[in-house]
Amino acid sequence: MTEAYEALRMRAAERWDALHAKPWIRVGTGLMGEAAGAPEVLAALREAVARSGADAAISEVGTRGLCYAEPLVDVFVPGGPRALYGNAAPEQAAVIVERHVRGGEAVAELALASVDCDVAGVPRLEDLPMMRRQVRVALRNAGEIDPGDLDQYVARGGFAGLNRALSELGRERTLEEVKNSGLRGRGGAAFSTGMKWSFLAGNPAPEKYILCNCEEGDPGAFNDKTVLETDPFTLIEGCVIAGYATGASNGIVFIRHGHDAPIDRTRAAIAACYENGLLGSGVLGSNFSFEMDVSLVGESYVAGEETALMEAIEGKRSMPRFRPPFPAAYGVWGKPSNINNIKTLSYAPEIVRRGAEWFKEIGTEKSSGTAIACLSGDIRRPGLVEVPFGVTVRQIVEELGGGDPEGKGLKFLQTGGPLGGVLPAEQFDMTLDFDEMAGAGAMFGSGGLIVCNEERSVVDLTRTLLAFDQMESCGKCFPCRLGMSHLLEILERIADGTGRDGDMELMERVGLNMRGGSLCGHGQLGYNPVASAVRFFGGEFRARLEGGEAPPIGSFVGPKATRRGAQMSGGTPTASVKVDFVSRMEPAAAAAGGAR
Amino acid sequence: MSGGESWGAAHPAAGAAMSGGESRGGAAHPAAGAAPSGAELRERARRAIAEQPGKTVTVLSSLLAAQDELHYLPFEAIEEAAMSAGASVNEAWGVASFYPNFRFTPPARHSVEVCWGPTCHVLGAQPILQGLARHLGLDGEGDTEDGSVSLKFNTCLGVCPHAPAMSFDHQLAGRMSLDAAVSRLERVRSGEQGA
Ligand SMILES: Cc1cc2nc3c(=O)[nH]c(=O)nc-3n(C[C@H](O)[C@H](O)[C@H](O)COP(=O)(O)O)c2cc1C
Ligand code: SF4
Ligand code: FES
Repeated sequence: MTEAYEALRMRAAERWDALHAKPWIRVGTGLMGEAAGAPEVLAALREAVARSGADAAISEVGTRGLCYAEPLVDVFVPGGPRALYGNAAPEQAAVIVERHVRGGEAVAELALASVDCDVAGVPRLEDLPMMRRQVRVALRNAGEIDPGDLDQYVARGGFAGLNRALSELGRERTLEEVKNSGLRGRGGAAFSTGMKWSFLAGNPAPEKYILCNCEEGDPGAFNDKTVLETDPFTLIEGCVIAGYATGASNGIVFIRHGHDAPIDRTRAAIAACYENGLLGSGVLGSNFSFEMDVSLVGESYVAGEETALMEAIEGKRSMPRFRPPFPAAYGVWGKPSNINNIKTLSYAPEIVRRGAEWFKEIGTEKSSGTAIACLSGDIRRPGLVEVPFGVTVRQIVEELGGGDPEGKGLKFLQTGGPLGGVLPAEQFDMTLDFDEMAGAGAMFGSGGLIVCNEERSVVDLTRTLLAFDQMESCGKCFPCRLGMSHLLEILERIADGTGRDGDMELMERVGLNMRGGSLCGHGQLGYNPVASAVRFFGGEFRARLEGGEAPPIGSFVGPKATRRGAQMSGGTPTASVKVDFVSRMEPAAAAAGGAR
Repeated sequence: MSGGESWGAAHPAAGAAMSGGESRGGAAHPAAGAAPSGAELRERARRAIAEQPGKTVTVLSSLLAAQDELHYLPFEAIEEAAMSAGASVNEAWGVASFYPNFRFTPPARHSVEVCWGPTCHVLGAQPILQGLARHLGLDGEGDTEDGSVSLKFNTCLGVCPHAPAMSFDHQLAGRMSLDAAVSRLERVRSGEQGA
């Protein structure tokens, strides 16, 4: 054990004990909490505590994933019960403070669950229907710790993985551990993480980059932002471990501009790590040095594609590059790079701390560990669940999620994001497994599961997805740029009831050309949503074309600012500007890629 | 013909959603009040760019920093962003015009975003966004004529469990209905709530 880590751990343990020496109220804020009205509840609690004169700490934490019960308030009292209050309202603040914080008794009639204790008439947290079957690895700290407090992270085992890597395993065995764990990428393609890391490790260049992909443009997926918002230190530790195992020098967290809570929390966490010797030169007193920074990108779905991401970090339009050369040879600023999804990296600390075998025990043979699924749509308990691979889709949707809120039958799930497909209810007994799902034509992708009941129109949803895909095409290659527009146009007329003979065949022809001719995954997979919908619900498309029963579709208005088309048709961007080639600065500064 | 004239005459915003406002300094926008001068805008952009939090400065990072400060990109900000990263103004425009979150005219006093992502779509986003547009006298995204509200569609606000989702002056709100949206909008517009 390094001395530096031991000192951190001692300080963290002391702080943790001190935190538990008086009442501690945790309120889930961040994006989810804000949408549910948590800021008002937080303000009411602060006021109630101040008014009552109680000596209690109040922390803002990230979401626990129990989004159906938000705003969620967690109250701990020393020597007394700890309880969660769901759907908390500002008016309840006074009674919670009076009876639980001051009186030391949980308010049973308001409580959602008890934590690590029993309260009469209140279920334990792990017995809530949504928590059953959950195994929390990447989300182990969600809702438990203040994401801005390094000591709380360390007190719950944080940086023990990095410490083990540095003091016990060394570079090669750390990499072996990750390889042996069977960890596969959680960003969509499910590629072996250990293998990917070994490509970078094999490149002897001194300056190498670990890029953490939190672009998360998938509408319907919100787990990446949640990881950052609830526990940014896990990602940082995972990134440093990746850097150590591959011999990289820099890490960059890539986030979409506009989501302030995850960005601010990540920046603050990185600063805290610098202050505590966990980043910078000589990490934890070792001879390994690692720098980290946050890079923001404008609104662009394709920016999540690995080569487009590198372009965006360099400050350009997020348009994919040709491959090869692959990132491990030529990445951001031409330096060897490794790109991983945020969730992938967030597994590394626990894998290195507990060992590859422990991780492999969870999940299935080919898909080890857990999956983080985002439940939304027609579902009683929307939110985030972390379950071992191998559970069935039905268990997630019906047991954990509770099915349709009004008890209607379910029709299908949309999975794998806007380039994914649908999974009809007849296939809900499929087990969660990368390969099994891919075999059925339904990607697990980044984990968004949008639940649709029997009244929903699959044609309508497909049209909406294609409107998104079309708008997000970067425009670099024509099979995608034109193909997406063409598919959308056909889907629009089918939805409007003005489809033509041969439209289905036309879509297929366009789609197959896109699949074969596009430069990046966006165009290559762009026909997927249509192909999958037609495969399982072809009758619904034909009913719209030929007349027949089909669920109604309302009118649709999309955004105006389609990325390339509309903006360009009004004149090129340079139009109102003096074209000024002389404002170039020193060529040397430009060549340095603008790195300060 | 020199490069300058061959590019046509319209401002990018003219073809897109934004209405009103001038490209240079936003002088004529009703929401702007006493419009800041070009020199003032340049100074604010320059400071925001110099003080951006990241270590890596690029055209894009500087454009984002300038837009955070000014809420749009006047010409002066584009020029400053270009200079900060050793790029040409054309390169900076190329980047700015690619990402739809940049705007080139001053925004209205309040911003309202409606999510049209798939979860929100399934749970009723279209009646909300169409109803709001009608309420504001717009035909979709855009700014109201009196400069009070910018209506924008978002592809996913990241809070799908709370769909249909919206934001009012960047404050998220979940489980919205058209009625709730209109009444919150009017509260925001009358200054009772929001930034
Ligand atoms: C159009 C497109 C968008 C993508 N968006 C994302 C994204 O938002 N987040 C992500 O992690 N991966 C995204 N990917 C996948 C990345 O290219 C890359 O495979 C992934 O980040 C690798 O990480 P992993 O090995 O940890 O899964 C996208 C791919 C494509 C083709
Ligand atoms: S496939 Fe689409 S998104 Fe990818 S490079 Fe081509 S145009 Fe751009
Ligand atoms: S789809 Fe609307 S918030 Fe995600």
